Amino acid sequence: MATGVQRAVNPVSVRGLSRRFGDRTVLSDLDLDIEPGQFVALLGASGCGKSTLLRILADLDHDVTGEVTVARRRAVGFQAPRLLPWRKVWRNVVMGLPGRPDRARAEAALEEVGLSHRSDVWPKVLSGGEAQRAALARALVREPDLLLLDEPFSALDALTRITARGLVDELWQRHGCAVLLVTHDVEEALVLADRVLVMDGGRIAHDAPVDLDRPREVTDPDFQHLRAELLGRLGVH
Amino acid sequence: MTTTSERARAQAPPAVETLRTVRERGPDRVPRWLVKTASPVVLVALWQVLSSTGLLPRDVLASPATVLTTAADMWAEGTVQSAVGVSLLRVVAGIAIGLVTAVVLATLSGLFRRGEDVIDAPVQMLRTVPVIGLIPLLIIWFGIGEEPKIVLIALAVTFPLYMNLFGGIRNVDATLVEAARTLGLGWFGQVRHVILPSAMPQFLVGLRYSLGTAWLALVFGETINATSGIGYEMNTAREFFQTDVIVVCLALYALLGLLGDGIVRLLERGFLSWRPAFSGR
Ligand SMILES: Nc1ncnc2c1ncn2[C@@H]1O[C@H](COP(=O)(O)OP(=O)(O)O)[C@@H](O)[C@H]1O
Ligand SMILES: [Mg+2]
Repeated sequence: MATGVQRAVNPVSVRGLSRRFGDRTVLSDLDLDIEPGQFVALLGASGCGKSTLLRILADLDHDVTGEVTVARRRAVGFQAPRLLPWRKVWRNVVMGLPGRPDRARAEAALEEVGLSHRSDVWPKVLSGGEAQRAALARALVREPDLLLLDEPFSALDALTRITARGLVDELWQRHGCAVLLVTHDVEEALVLADRVLVMDGGRIAHDAPVDLDRPREVTDPDFQHLRAELLGRLGVH
Repeated sequence: MTTTSERARAQAPPAVETLRTVRERGPDRVPRWLVKTASPVVLVALWQVLSSTGLLPRDVLASPATVLTTAADMWAEGTVQSAVGVSLLRVVAGIAIGLVTAVVLATLSGLFRRGEDVIDAPVQMLRTVPVIGLIPLLIIWFGIGEEPKIVLIALAVTFPLYMNLFGGIRNVDATLVEAARTLGLGWFGQVRHVILPSAMPQFLVGLRYSLGTAWLALVFGETINATSGIGYEMNTAREFFQTDVIVVCLALYALLGLLGDGIVRLLERGFLSWRPAFSGR
Protein backbone atom coordinates (compact mmCIF):
# COMPACT_ATOMS: atom_id res chain seq x y z
CA MET A 1 0.00 0.00 0.00
CA ALA A 2 1.00 3.57 -0.65
CA THR A 3 4.04 2.38 -2.57
CA GLY A 4 5.19 4.27 -5.60
CA VAL A 5 4.00 7.69 -6.65
CA GLN A 6 0.63 7.45 -8.31
CA ARG A 7 -1.35 10.06 -10.12
CA ALA A 8 -4.50 9.21 -8.21
CA VAL A 9 -7.04 11.99 -8.26
CA ASN A 10 -8.45 11.45 -4.79
CA PRO A 11 -6.60 11.80 -1.51
CA VAL A 12 -8.35 8.65 -0.32
CA SER A 13 -9.34 5.72 -2.49
CA VAL A 14 -10.10 2.39 -0.86
CA ARG A 15 -11.31 -0.76 -2.59
CA GLY A 16 -12.34 -4.03 -0.96
CA LEU A 17 -10.54 -3.34 2.31
CA SER A 18 -10.75 -6.03 4.97
CA ARG A 19 -9.12 -6.27 8.37
CA ARG A 20 -9.39 -9.15 10.80
CA PHE A 21 -8.23 -9.46 14.38
CA GLY A 22 -7.99 -13.19 14.97
CA ASP A 23 -11.27 -14.56 13.72
CA ARG A 24 -13.11 -11.29 14.27
CA THR A 25 -13.61 -9.33 11.05
CA VAL A 26 -13.64 -5.62 11.81
CA LEU A 27 -13.55 -4.23 8.27
CA SER A 28 -15.08 -6.28 5.52
CA ASP A 29 -14.80 -5.38 1.87
CA LEU A 30 -14.98 -1.65 2.54
CA ASP A 31 -14.94 0.94 -0.27
CA LEU A 32 -14.34 4.65 0.26
CA ASP A 33 -13.38 7.67 -1.83
CA ILE A 34 -12.68 11.15 -0.55
CA GLU A 35 -12.32 14.05 -2.96
CA PRO A 36 -9.68 16.76 -2.65
CA GLY A 37 -10.66 19.40 -0.12
CA GLN A 38 -13.68 17.49 1.08
CA PHE A 39 -14.54 17.45 4.79
CA VAL A 40 -15.85 14.00 5.67
CA ALA A 41 -17.14 12.98 9.09
CA LEU A 42 -17.16 9.32 10.03
CA LEU A 43 -19.70 8.20 12.61
CA GLY A 44 -20.43 4.79 14.03
CA ALA A 45 -21.02 2.88 17.22
CA SER A 46 -18.08 2.41 19.53
CA GLY A 47 -15.96 -0.54 18.46
CA CYS A 48 -17.28 -0.63 14.90
CA GLY A 49 -13.83 -0.09 13.41
CA LYS A 50 -13.50 3.69 12.84
CA SER A 51 -10.06 3.93 14.42
CA THR A 52 -9.01 0.76 12.66
CA LEU A 53 -9.86 2.34 9.30
CA LEU A 54 -8.10 5.57 10.20
CA ARG A 55 -4.95 3.76 11.30
CA ILE A 56 -4.87 1.89 8.02
CA LEU A 57 -5.17 5.17 6.09
CA ALA A 58 -2.39 6.61 8.27
CA ASP A 59 -0.12 3.73 7.21
CA LEU A 60 0.11 2.49 10.79
CA ASP A 61 -1.48 -0.89 10.09
CA HIS A 62 -0.45 -3.00 7.09
CA ASP A 63 -2.00 -6.30 8.00
CA VAL A 64 -4.92 -5.88 5.62
CA THR A 65 -6.30 -7.10 2.31
CA GLY A 66 -7.63 -4.82 -0.38
CA GLU A 67 -6.37 -1.79 -2.21
CA VAL A 68 -5.60 1.43 -0.36
CA THR A 69 -4.37 4.62 -1.99
CA VAL A 70 -3.85 7.72 0.13
CA ALA A 71 -2.27 11.13 -0.37
CA ARG A 72 1.45 11.12 0.22
CA ARG A 73 1.22 14.35 2.16
CA ARG A 74 -0.98 13.42 5.05
CA ALA A 75 -1.11 14.22 8.72
CA VAL A 76 -2.81 12.62 11.70
CA GLY A 77 -4.39 13.99 14.85
CA PHE A 78 -5.23 11.56 17.63
CA GLN A 79 -7.57 11.63 20.57
CA ALA A 80 -4.62 12.40 22.85
CA PRO A 81 -2.20 15.11 21.66
CA ARG A 82 0.76 12.70 21.69
CA LEU A 83 3.33 15.47 21.94
CA LEU A 84 6.84 14.33 22.86
CA PRO A 85 7.17 15.50 26.48
CA TRP A 86 10.96 15.92 26.19
CA ARG A 87 10.86 18.37 23.30
CA LYS A 88 9.77 21.99 23.58
CA VAL A 89 6.43 22.75 21.96
CA TRP A 90 7.92 24.37 18.86
CA ARG A 91 10.28 21.45 18.30
CA ASN A 92 7.31 19.11 18.51
CA VAL A 93 5.57 21.10 15.80
CA VAL A 94 8.38 20.77 13.25
CA MET A 95 9.40 17.26 14.33
CA GLY A 96 9.99 15.04 11.33
CA LEU A 97 10.19 17.82 8.76
CA PRO A 98 13.23 17.60 6.50
CA GLY A 99 16.20 19.86 7.27
CA ARG A 100 17.11 21.64 10.47
CA PRO A 101 14.31 22.43 12.95
CA ASP A 102 12.88 25.70 11.64
CA ARG A 103 11.66 27.78 14.54
CA ALA A 104 10.06 30.50 12.42
CA ARG A 105 8.01 27.92 10.61
CA ALA A 106 6.94 26.34 13.88
CA GLU A 107 5.92 29.69 15.26
CA ALA A 108 3.89 30.56 12.20
CA ALA A 109 2.00 27.29 12.61
CA LEU A 110 1.49 27.91 16.32
CA GLU A 111 0.28 31.42 15.56
CA GLU A 112 -2.46 29.91 13.40
CA VAL A 113 -3.82 27.96 16.36
CA GLY A 114 -3.34 30.89 18.75
CA LEU A 115 -0.40 29.40 20.61
CA SER A 116 2.59 31.48 19.55
CA HIS A 117 3.18 32.57 23.15
CA ARG A 118 3.58 28.91 24.16
CA SER A 119 6.20 27.92 21.62
CA ASP A 120 9.12 27.71 24.05
CA VAL A 121 7.56 25.73 26.90
CA TRP A 122 7.56 22.03 27.73
CA PRO A 123 4.37 20.21 26.70
CA LYS A 124 3.66 19.40 30.36
CA VAL A 125 2.62 23.00 31.08
CA LEU A 126 -0.02 23.11 28.32
CA SER A 127 -3.67 22.64 29.19
CA GLY A 128 -5.59 19.86 27.45
CA GLY A 129 -7.02 22.22 24.86
CA GLU A 130 -3.68 23.93 24.23
CA ALA A 131 -1.93 20.60 23.77
CA GLN A 132 -4.54 19.51 21.26
CA ARG A 133 -4.11 22.80 19.38
CA ALA A 134 -0.34 22.28 19.34
CA ALA A 135 -0.96 18.82 17.87
CA LEU A 136 -3.15 20.47 15.23
CA ALA A 137 -0.35 22.92 14.40
CA ARG A 138 2.03 19.98 14.13
CA ALA A 139 -0.31 18.33 11.64
CA LEU A 140 -0.96 21.41 9.52
CA VAL A 141 2.65 22.60 9.33
CA ARG A 142 3.14 19.64 6.98
CA GLU A 143 0.70 21.24 4.48
CA PRO A 144 -1.17 17.95 4.11
CA ASP A 145 -3.50 17.05 1.27
CA LEU A 146 -5.26 14.77 3.72
CA LEU A 147 -5.83 15.34 7.42
CA LEU A 148 -6.94 12.33 9.45
CA LEU A 149 -8.50 13.15 12.82
CA ASP A 150 -9.54 10.47 15.32
CA GLU A 151 -11.95 11.95 17.87
CA PRO A 152 -9.60 14.88 18.45
CA PHE A 153 -12.00 16.78 20.71
CA SER A 154 -13.48 13.98 22.77
CA ALA A 155 -11.13 14.47 25.73
CA LEU A 156 -11.83 18.21 25.92
CA ASP A 157 -14.44 19.90 28.09
CA ALA A 158 -17.61 21.10 26.39
CA LEU A 159 -16.59 24.75 26.04
CA THR A 160 -13.08 24.04 24.81
CA ARG A 161 -14.52 21.54 22.36
CA ILE A 162 -16.72 24.17 20.74
CA THR A 163 -13.75 26.54 20.36
CA ALA A 164 -11.57 23.76 18.96
CA ARG A 165 -14.32 22.82 16.52
CA GLY A 166 -14.47 26.42 15.26
CA LEU A 167 -10.70 26.40 14.90
CA VAL A 168 -10.69 23.23 12.81
CA ASP A 169 -13.40 24.72 10.59
CA GLU A 170 -11.38 27.88 10.06
CA LEU A 171 -8.12 26.02 9.41
CA TRP A 172 -9.80 23.68 6.97
CA GLN A 173 -11.24 26.63 5.02
CA ARG A 174 -7.79 28.22 4.86
CA HIS A 175 -5.71 25.13 4.03
CA GLY A 176 -8.25 23.45 1.80
CA CYS A 177 -7.05 19.93 2.61
CA ALA A 178 -9.34 16.93 2.62
CA VAL A 179 -10.32 15.94 6.15
CA LEU A 180 -11.52 12.64 7.54
CA LEU A 181 -12.86 13.29 11.02
CA VAL A 182 -13.83 10.36 13.20
CA THR A 183 -16.31 11.46 15.82
CA HIS A 184 -19.10 10.12 17.95
CA ASP A 185 -20.76 13.52 18.12
CA VAL A 186 -23.49 13.86 15.47
CA GLU A 187 -23.77 17.60 16.03
CA GLU A 188 -20.05 18.06 15.49
CA ALA A 189 -20.24 16.06 12.28
CA LEU A 190 -23.11 18.19 10.96
CA VAL A 191 -21.50 21.51 11.90
CA LEU A 192 -18.24 20.69 10.14
CA ALA A 193 -18.65 18.17 7.36
CA ASP A 194 -19.57 18.25 3.67
CA ARG A 195 -20.42 14.62 3.89
CA VAL A 196 -21.27 12.20 6.65
CA LEU A 197 -20.51 8.50 6.71
CA VAL A 198 -21.92 5.95 9.11
CA MET A 199 -19.99 2.75 9.59
CA ASP A 200 -21.68 -0.51 10.45
CA GLY A 201 -20.95 -4.18 9.90
CA GLY A 202 -17.41 -3.47 8.76
CA ARG A 203 -18.30 -1.16 5.88
CA ILE A 204 -19.72 2.25 5.09
CA ALA A 205 -23.42 1.68 5.69
CA HIS A 206 -24.60 5.22 5.05
CA ASP A 207 -23.03 7.97 2.97
CA ALA A 208 -24.83 11.28 2.56
CA PRO A 209 -23.91 14.89 1.73
CA VAL A 210 -24.70 17.61 4.24
CA ASP A 211 -26.57 20.19 2.20
CA LEU A 212 -26.66 22.96 4.75
CA ASP A 213 -25.38 26.51 4.29
CA ARG A 214 -22.32 27.54 6.28
CA PRO A 215 -21.95 28.68 8.98
CA ARG A 216 -24.36 26.15 10.31
CA GLU A 217 -26.88 26.75 13.03
CA VAL A 218 -27.76 23.96 15.43
CA THR A 219 -31.21 25.52 15.77
CA ASP A 220 -31.93 25.37 12.02
CA PRO A 221 -34.88 22.94 11.42
CA ASP A 222 -33.03 21.31 8.50
CA PHE A 223 -30.07 20.73 10.80
CA GLN A 224 -32.30 19.15 13.41
CA HIS A 225 -33.98 16.99 10.83
CA LEU A 226 -30.64 15.64 9.58
CA ARG A 227 -29.52 15.14 13.14
CA ALA A 228 -32.59 13.07 14.00
CA GLU A 229 -32.08 10.99 10.88
CA LEU A 230 -28.45 10.26 11.68
CA LEU A 231 -29.22 9.41 15.30
CA GLY A 232 -31.77 6.96 13.97
CA ARG A 233 -29.16 5.34 11.77
CA LEU A 234 -26.84 5.07 14.75
CA GLY A 235 -29.56 3.26 16.63
CA VAL A 236 -30.38 6.12 19.03
CA HIS A 237 -33.98 7.29 19.11
CA MET B 1 -43.49 23.66 51.92
CA THR B 2 -40.20 24.74 53.46
CA THR B 3 -37.91 27.35 52.02
CA THR B 4 -34.15 26.96 51.99
CA SER B 5 -33.68 29.34 54.89
CA GLU B 6 -36.27 27.55 57.02
CA ARG B 7 -34.53 24.24 56.39
CA ALA B 8 -31.18 25.78 57.19
CA ARG B 9 -32.48 27.16 60.51
CA ALA B 10 -33.83 23.78 61.50
CA GLN B 11 -30.41 22.13 61.18
CA ALA B 12 -27.42 22.49 63.50
CA PRO B 13 -24.72 24.69 61.94
CA PRO B 14 -21.99 22.61 60.25
CA ALA B 15 -18.56 22.40 61.80
CA VAL B 16 -16.11 24.47 59.74
CA GLU B 17 -12.37 25.02 59.71
CA THR B 18 -10.19 27.75 58.27
CA LEU B 19 -7.66 26.17 55.91
CA ARG B 20 -4.03 27.12 56.25
CA THR B 21 -2.68 29.08 53.33
CA VAL B 22 0.88 29.04 52.06
CA ARG B 23 1.64 32.56 53.26
CA GLU B 24 0.76 31.75 56.85
CA ARG B 25 2.69 28.53 56.81
CA GLY B 26 5.84 29.78 55.12
CA PRO B 27 8.03 32.39 56.80
CA ASP B 28 7.72 31.67 60.53
CA ARG B 29 8.69 28.02 60.19
CA VAL B 30 12.19 26.81 60.99
CA PRO B 31 14.24 27.03 57.77
CA ARG B 32 14.69 23.72 56.05
CA TRP B 33 18.49 23.82 55.86
CA LEU B 34 18.64 24.30 59.61
CA VAL B 35 16.52 21.24 60.26
CA LYS B 36 18.58 19.27 57.77
CA THR B 37 21.94 20.19 59.36
CA ALA B 38 20.78 20.07 62.96
CA SER B 39 20.26 16.32 63.30
CA PRO B 40 23.75 15.23 62.09
CA VAL B 41 25.33 17.91 64.29
CA VAL B 42 23.46 16.60 67.32
CA LEU B 43 24.57 13.04 66.54
CA VAL B 44 28.23 14.04 66.27
CA ALA B 45 27.96 16.00 69.52
CA LEU B 46 26.51 12.94 71.23
CA TRP B 47 29.36 10.81 69.88
CA GLN B 48 31.92 13.30 71.27
CA VAL B 49 30.23 13.29 74.67
CA LEU B 50 30.29 9.48 74.79
CA SER B 51 33.99 9.45 73.87
CA SER B 52 34.99 12.19 76.34
CA THR B 53 33.22 10.48 79.22
CA GLY B 54 35.00 7.23 78.40
CA LEU B 55 31.80 5.35 77.64
CA LEU B 56 33.09 4.82 74.10
CA PRO B 57 36.72 3.55 74.33
CA ARG B 58 39.21 4.66 71.71
CA ASP B 59 39.85 1.07 70.57
CA VAL B 60 36.18 0.71 69.68
CA LEU B 61 35.69 4.10 68.04
CA ALA B 62 37.88 7.21 68.14
CA SER B 63 36.26 10.50 69.12
CA PRO B 64 35.24 13.04 66.47
CA ALA B 65 38.00 15.39 67.67
CA THR B 66 40.67 12.69 67.25
CA VAL B 67 39.28 11.78 63.85
CA LEU B 68 39.52 15.41 62.76
CA THR B 69 43.14 15.75 63.92
CA THR B 70 44.06 12.48 62.23
CA ALA B 71 42.38 13.66 59.04
CA ALA B 72 44.40 16.89 59.15
CA ASP B 73 47.62 14.92 59.71
CA MET B 74 46.83 12.50 56.88
CA TRP B 75 46.12 15.47 54.62
CA ALA B 76 49.41 17.15 55.59
CA GLU B 77 51.35 13.94 54.86
CA GLY B 78 49.58 13.66 51.51
CA THR B 79 48.14 10.23 52.38
CA VAL B 80 44.57 11.38 51.76
CA GLN B 81 45.35 12.87 48.37
CA SER B 82 47.25 9.89 47.02
CA ALA B 83 44.79 7.32 48.41
CA VAL B 84 41.79 9.18 46.99
CA GLY B 85 43.60 9.64 43.68
CA VAL B 86 44.30 5.92 43.32
CA SER B 87 40.80 4.85 44.39
CA LEU B 88 39.11 7.44 42.21
CA LEU B 89 41.07 6.30 39.19
CA ARG B 90 39.99 2.70 39.77
CA VAL B 91 36.37 3.61 40.16
CA VAL B 92 36.31 5.97 37.17
CA ALA B 93 37.95 3.37 34.92
CA GLY B 94 35.56 0.67 36.13
CA ILE B 95 32.49 2.84 35.68
CA ALA B 96 33.59 3.92 32.20
CA ILE B 97 34.05 0.32 31.06
CA GLY B 98 30.79 -0.80 32.70
CA LEU B 99 28.87 2.14 31.27
CA VAL B 100 30.00 1.53 27.71
CA THR B 101 29.34 -2.22 28.00
CA ALA B 102 25.88 -1.73 29.50
CA VAL B 103 24.83 0.94 27.01
CA VAL B 104 25.96 -1.13 24.02
CA LEU B 105 24.35 -4.35 25.27
CA ALA B 106 21.10 -2.75 26.44
CA THR B 107 20.68 -0.70 23.28
CA LEU B 108 21.18 -3.74 21.08
CA SER B 109 18.85 -5.98 23.05
CA GLY B 110 16.33 -3.20 23.74
CA LEU B 111 15.99 -2.06 20.15
CA PHE B 112 16.23 -5.36 18.31
CA ARG B 113 14.30 -8.54 18.94
CA ARG B 114 17.25 -10.54 17.62
CA GLY B 115 19.57 -8.65 19.96
CA GLU B 116 17.35 -9.55 22.89
CA ASP B 117 17.36 -13.22 21.97
CA VAL B 118 21.15 -13.29 21.85
CA ILE B 119 22.05 -10.93 24.71
CA ASP B 120 19.29 -10.85 27.28
CA ALA B 121 19.23 -14.48 28.42
CA PRO B 122 22.97 -14.74 29.23
CA VAL B 123 22.94 -11.33 30.92
CA GLN B 124 19.98 -12.35 33.07
CA MET B 125 21.80 -15.54 34.03
CA LEU B 126 25.06 -13.79 34.91
CA ARG B 127 23.15 -11.15 36.83
CA THR B 128 22.20 -13.67 39.49
CA VAL B 129 25.86 -14.38 40.32
CA PRO B 130 26.90 -12.09 43.20
CA VAL B 131 29.69 -9.97 41.74
CA ILE B 132 31.70 -10.05 44.95
CA GLY B 133 31.80 -13.84 44.70
CA LEU B 134 33.80 -13.50 41.49
CA ILE B 135 36.85 -12.09 43.30
CA PRO B 136 38.76 -15.40 43.51
CA LEU B 137 38.25 -16.04 39.80
CA LEU B 138 39.24 -12.48 38.92
CA ILE B 139 42.44 -12.85 40.92
CA ILE B 140 43.27 -16.08 39.09
CA TRP B 141 42.57 -14.45 35.73
CA PHE B 142 44.07 -11.02 36.27
CA GLY B 143 46.53 -11.41 39.16
CA ILE B 144 46.55 -8.87 41.97
CA GLY B 145 47.25 -5.65 40.08
CA GLU B 146 44.78 -2.97 39.10
CA GLU B 147 42.93 -5.13 36.56
CA PRO B 148 40.85 -7.35 38.86
CA LYS B 149 39.70 -4.30 40.83
CA ILE B 150 38.65 -2.41 37.72
CA VAL B 151 36.94 -5.45 36.22
CA LEU B 152 35.09 -6.05 39.47
CA ILE B 153 33.79 -2.47 39.47
CA ALA B 154 32.92 -2.67 35.78
CA LEU B 155 30.89 -5.83 36.38
CA ALA B 156 29.13 -4.28 39.37
CA VAL B 157 28.14 -1.30 37.20
CA THR B 158 27.15 -3.19 34.06
CA PHE B 159 24.26 -5.25 35.39
CA PRO B 160 22.08 -2.64 37.13
CA LEU B 161 22.68 -0.23 34.29
CA TYR B 162 21.79 -2.81 31.66
CA MET B 163 18.60 -3.80 33.47
CA ASN B 164 17.41 -0.22 33.77
CA LEU B 165 18.28 0.92 30.27
CA PHE B 166 16.75 -2.22 28.74
CA GLY B 167 13.60 -1.72 30.83
CA GLY B 168 13.48 1.95 29.91
CA ILE B 169 13.73 1.22 26.20
CA ARG B 170 11.04 -1.46 26.39
CA ASN B 171 8.71 0.78 28.41
CA VAL B 172 8.49 3.47 25.77
CA ASP B 173 4.94 4.66 25.10
CA ALA B 174 3.94 2.93 21.87
CA THR B 175 1.46 5.68 21.01
CA LEU B 176 4.33 8.18 20.87
CA VAL B 177 6.30 5.93 18.53
CA GLU B 178 3.20 5.72 16.37
CA ALA B 179 2.79 9.49 16.36
CA ALA B 180 6.44 9.83 15.36
CA ARG B 181 5.83 7.48 12.45
CA THR B 182 2.94 9.60 11.22
CA LEU B 183 5.27 12.60 11.34
CA GLY B 184 7.54 10.84 8.89
CA LEU B 185 10.34 9.95 11.31
CA GLY B 186 12.28 6.92 10.16
CA TRP B 187 13.70 4.23 12.42
CA PHE B 188 16.75 6.30 13.35
CA GLY B 189 14.62 9.36 14.04
CA GLN B 190 12.26 7.33 16.22
CA VAL B 191 15.18 6.02 18.26
CA ARG B 192 16.73 9.46 18.62
CA HIS B 193 13.63 11.52 19.32
CA VAL B 194 11.33 9.06 21.04
CA ILE B 195 12.89 5.87 22.36
CA LEU B 196 16.15 7.10 23.89
CA PRO B 197 14.74 10.27 25.52
CA SER B 198 11.92 8.22 26.95
CA ALA B 199 14.40 5.70 28.42
CA MET B 200 16.50 8.48 29.97
CA PRO B 201 14.79 8.70 33.40
CA GLN B 202 15.12 4.98 33.94
CA PHE B 203 18.71 5.06 32.71
CA LEU B 204 19.59 7.72 35.26
CA VAL B 205 17.98 5.67 38.03
CA GLY B 206 20.22 2.82 36.91
CA LEU B 207 23.26 5.09 36.84
CA ARG B 208 22.61 6.26 40.37
CA TYR B 209 22.16 2.75 41.64
CA SER B 210 25.21 1.45 39.83
CA LEU B 211 27.38 4.20 41.30
CA GLY B 212 26.42 2.78 44.68
CA THR B 213 27.41 -0.73 43.66
CA ALA B 214 30.62 0.63 42.14
CA TRP B 215 31.76 1.96 45.53
CA LEU B 216 30.83 -1.29 47.16
CA ALA B 217 32.91 -3.20 44.62
CA LEU B 218 35.79 -0.78 45.14
CA VAL B 219 35.74 -1.32 48.89
CA PHE B 220 35.78 -5.09 48.44
CA GLY B 221 38.44 -4.99 45.77
CA GLU B 222 40.68 -2.75 47.81
CA THR B 223 40.41 -4.49 51.17
CA ILE B 224 41.28 -7.89 49.77
CA ASN B 225 44.58 -7.12 48.17
CA ALA B 226 45.94 -3.69 47.50
CA THR B 227 49.12 -1.76 48.05
CA SER B 228 47.55 1.66 47.70
CA GLY B 229 44.18 3.41 47.84
CA ILE B 230 41.64 4.15 50.53
CA GLY B 231 40.94 0.48 51.23
CA TYR B 232 44.64 -0.22 51.67
CA GLU B 233 44.97 2.56 54.26
CA MET B 234 41.96 1.16 56.05
CA ASN B 235 43.38 -2.36 56.10
CA THR B 236 46.72 -1.19 57.45
CA ALA B 237 44.95 0.80 60.15
CA ARG B 238 42.99 -2.28 61.17
CA GLU B 239 46.17 -4.12 62.06
CA PHE B 240 47.08 -1.37 64.55
CA PHE B 241 43.54 -0.76 65.88
CA GLN B 242 43.67 2.80 64.52
CA THR B 243 39.93 3.41 64.57
CA ASP B 244 40.50 7.10 63.82
CA VAL B 245 42.18 6.30 60.49
CA ILE B 246 39.41 3.84 59.65
CA VAL B 247 36.77 6.49 60.29
CA VAL B 248 38.65 8.98 58.11
CA CYS B 249 38.74 6.41 55.30
CA LEU B 250 35.03 5.67 55.69
CA ALA B 251 34.32 9.40 55.53
CA LEU B 252 36.37 9.62 52.32
CA TYR B 253 34.34 6.79 50.77
CA ALA B 254 31.16 8.57 51.82
CA LEU B 255 32.31 11.90 50.39
CA LEU B 256 33.21 10.32 47.07
CA GLY B 257 29.85 8.54 47.01
CA LEU B 258 28.15 11.86 47.67
CA LEU B 259 30.10 13.43 44.83
CA GLY B 260 28.89 10.74 42.42
CA ASP B 261 25.33 11.22 43.59
CA GLY B 262 25.65 14.96 43.06
CA ILE B 263 26.84 14.42 39.50
CA VAL B 264 23.84 12.22 38.72
CA ARG B 265 21.52 14.80 40.28
CA LEU B 266 23.00 17.45 38.01
CA LEU B 267 22.49 15.17 35.01
CA GLU B 268 18.89 14.63 36.07
CA ARG B 269 18.29 18.33 36.36
CA GLY B 270 19.72 18.85 32.89
CA PHE B 271 18.10 15.93 31.12
CA LEU B 272 14.77 15.60 32.90
CA SER B 273 13.54 19.17 33.22
CA TRP B 274 10.68 18.26 30.88
CA ARG B 275 9.24 15.87 33.41
CA PRO B 276 6.12 16.73 35.37
CA ALA B 277 7.45 15.16 38.55
CA PHE B 278 6.36 15.37 42.15
CA SER B 279 9.08 17.11 44.16
CA GLY B 280 7.81 16.64 47.71
CA ARG B 281 5.93 19.01 49.98
N1 LIG C 1 -4.85 -4.42 17.95
C1 LIG C 1 -6.06 -5.01 18.08
N2 LIG C 1 -6.14 -6.31 18.42
C2 LIG C 1 -7.35 -6.91 18.56
N3 LIG C 1 -8.51 -6.31 18.36
C3 LIG C 1 -8.50 -5.02 18.03
C4 LIG C 1 -7.27 -4.28 17.87
N4 LIG C 1 -7.56 -3.02 17.52
C5 LIG C 1 -8.91 -2.95 17.46
N5 LIG C 1 -9.47 -4.14 17.75
C6 LIG C 1 -10.90 -4.44 17.78
O1 LIG C 1 -11.46 -3.95 16.60
C7 LIG C 1 -12.72 -3.39 16.85
C8 LIG C 1 -12.78 -1.97 16.29
O2 LIG C 1 -11.95 -1.15 17.06
P1 LIG C 1 -11.81 0.40 16.78
O3 LIG C 1 -11.48 0.59 15.34
O4 LIG C 1 -10.84 0.95 17.75
O5 LIG C 1 -13.27 0.93 17.08
P2 LIG C 1 -13.83 2.42 17.09
O6 LIG C 1 -14.86 2.45 15.99
O7 LIG C 1 -14.48 2.62 18.41
O8 LIG C 1 -12.71 3.36 16.84
C9 LIG C 1 -12.95 -3.45 18.35
O9 LIG C 1 -13.81 -4.52 18.63
C10 LIG C 1 -11.58 -3.71 18.91
O10 LIG C 1 -11.69 -4.51 20.05
MG1 LIG D 1 -11.80 4.80 18.11
